[in-house]
Amino acid sequence: MNLLKLSWKYLIAKPLSTTLNILLLALGLAIITVLILVQDQFEKKMTKDAEGVDLVVGAKGSPLQLILSSVYHIDFPTGNIDMAEAKSIANNRLVKNTIPLGLGDNYSGYRIVGTNYDYIELYNAEVGEGTLWEVPFEVVLGAEVAQKLNLKVGDNFIGSHGIGASSHAHDEHPYTITGILKPMGNVLDKLVLTSMESVWYTHDEDHDHDKFTQTVAKRGFPETDEDREITSMLVQYRNPMAAVQLPRFINSRSSLQAASPAFEISRLFELLGFGVKLIQGLAVIIIVIAGLGIFIALFNSLKERKYDLAVMRTLGASSGQLFIHIVLEGVILTFLGAVTGIVIGHGFLFALVAQNDQGALSTLSAMVFLPEELWIIVYALVVGVLASLIPAWNAYQTDIAKQLTKS
Amino acid sequence: MLTLQNVAFKYETSQPFDIPDIHLDAGGELLILGKSGSGKTTILNIIAGLLQPQKGTVTVNGVDLYSLSGSKLDKFRGSNIGIIFQKPHILSALSVEENLKIANYFVSGKGDQNEQILKNLGIWEKRKQRVQTLSEGEAQRVSIARALANQPKLILADEPTASLDDENAAKVIKLLQHQASQFQAALVIVTHDQRVKNHIANQLTVGGAR
Repeated sequence: MNLLKLSWKYLIAKPLSTTLNILLLALGLAIITVLILVQDQFEKKMTKDAEGVDLVVGAKGSPLQLILSSVYHIDFPTGNIDMAEAKSIANNRLVKNTIPLGLGDNYSGYRIVGTNYDYIELYNAEVGEGTLWEVPFEVVLGAEVAQKLNLKVGDNFIGSHGIGASSHAHDEHPYTITGILKPMGNVLDKLVLTSMESVWYTHDEDHDHDKFTQTVAKRGFPETDEDREITSMLVQYRNPMAAVQLPRFINSRSSLQAASPAFEISRLFELLGFGVKLIQGLAVIIIVIAGLGIFIALFNSLKERKYDLAVMRTLGASSGQLFIHIVLEGVILTFLGAVTGIVIGHGFLFALVAQNDQGALSTLSAMVFLPEELWIIVYALVVGVLASLIPAWNAYQTDIAKQLTKS
Repeated sequence: MLTLQNVAFKYETSQPFDIPDIHLDAGGELLILGKSGSGKTTILNIIAGLLQPQKGTVTVNGVDLYSLSGSKLDKFRGSNIGIIFQKPHILSALSVEENLKIANYFVSGKGDQNEQILKNLGIWEKRKQRVQTLSEGEAQRVSIARALANQPKLILADEPTASLDDENAAKVIKLLQHQASQFQAALVIVTHDQRVKNHIANQLTVGGAR
């Protein structure tokens, strides 16, 4: 027998009230856990995916939309731009490198991206199986696409127009899988990569079948005499001066739009920040109510237990021990609440991710544990101590003789 | 074992109680009789170290009780004085056995006599049960067992027979006497119950407020 066990015995003597208090606190802490996990992973993923991309050039429209569609592949593209115009920017002396992107098709909800080898090298991706594409209509799959759709090298599939599943299918030209990338833990995992030419030829009305067997461009823009369009272009600056001059030059002069991922993402987090604050506020209110609940439960149980406390004093317990006995009850409650809350938070995130296997949420993992979660336990323990201070002080001051003669 | 000398006590607004000097040796017995309101429970509380008198000394096992401060007095009480209340007052969240163990814990006692005590009092079979499942008589015996858990030198009982019939009252008194003699402890019983008179020769009647 010790004080911890004693407090525990008194808690389980009232299972309903104890469970309710633990669950209420756990709910508040679960919300905080989910927020911490989502925020941390989102920010990390977002930063990782945008690494090496200084600027995105695309059609006029919302700059945030341009970033979301071209870097993270989660929103609709803003439209197409003329390749000649894009090329002229690529030749600007402030530009170190450019990667063209052709978007707009999907296979079973996974986006097909027309680009070149530079895009794969941007993320230092490696081919796990097979090889990169050589001719039009050859594709390389991201690891997750291959795994989820159960596709292998050599398989064929037909892409469809649009970026969501179940849109109009391009039935004439099946794609052939030549390679599958190693799992990267970034946006590439969810993409179907192919050459720029593949995307063009799928959408052409008349088909010149000779072109289908010619090797595609592996760097830079494809050589062509035709008027061709691309969706957007990822730009790397040559020097820091470019960050000042290039966006202004593009936005003011041409029919194009330039957007900086870093800037747009910090703007996005600012916008989301309000919602996050709101949910945080809600969680804090729930935690405060849970704290009050624990306080009231302890306070009420103390009324019934004054006698027990007095008896403990006659058995040799010091008033300090009674104080600790009551505080321990609050601390055990909140510790269990914190652990339950963290488990519920991870479980909730797990369910959320399992339900959205293609959306923005699907990149999150429920199995990540952050040092911040230890702080949740610390906060909870502080709540427990605060909620039990007044009842514990009452216990400390129990007048034994008066209490025992008052029957 | 127990000595009360020149003890005086009064509550703020009332008359002082008449508290006689008491001297009791180890293994001795004392019955304090008195009507309700005569201050006999007050005397018991003073002896138990629960209520500090305005004046005088209470010595238990050679130690001046009220010279001990705070938690030292609590520890001394826990290990030297066993108190049996009018109602059993078993700690409700704990089992019978745990009630004894918590008494051991508070004074860092080993509790190696617990089994023997529970067996003596015929409640060994009930040791895993909670107090709600016990009969009145069993609960009373648990409270006696708990008072004995640390082998006290002094056993105090406040109206231990008040709610019992003649037969059981006699049994409880016998039980207390038997247990006290087994541990060589002094026994003080406070009661207004005239039935107890026949069992203990050493008697003291307190007359209430002067």
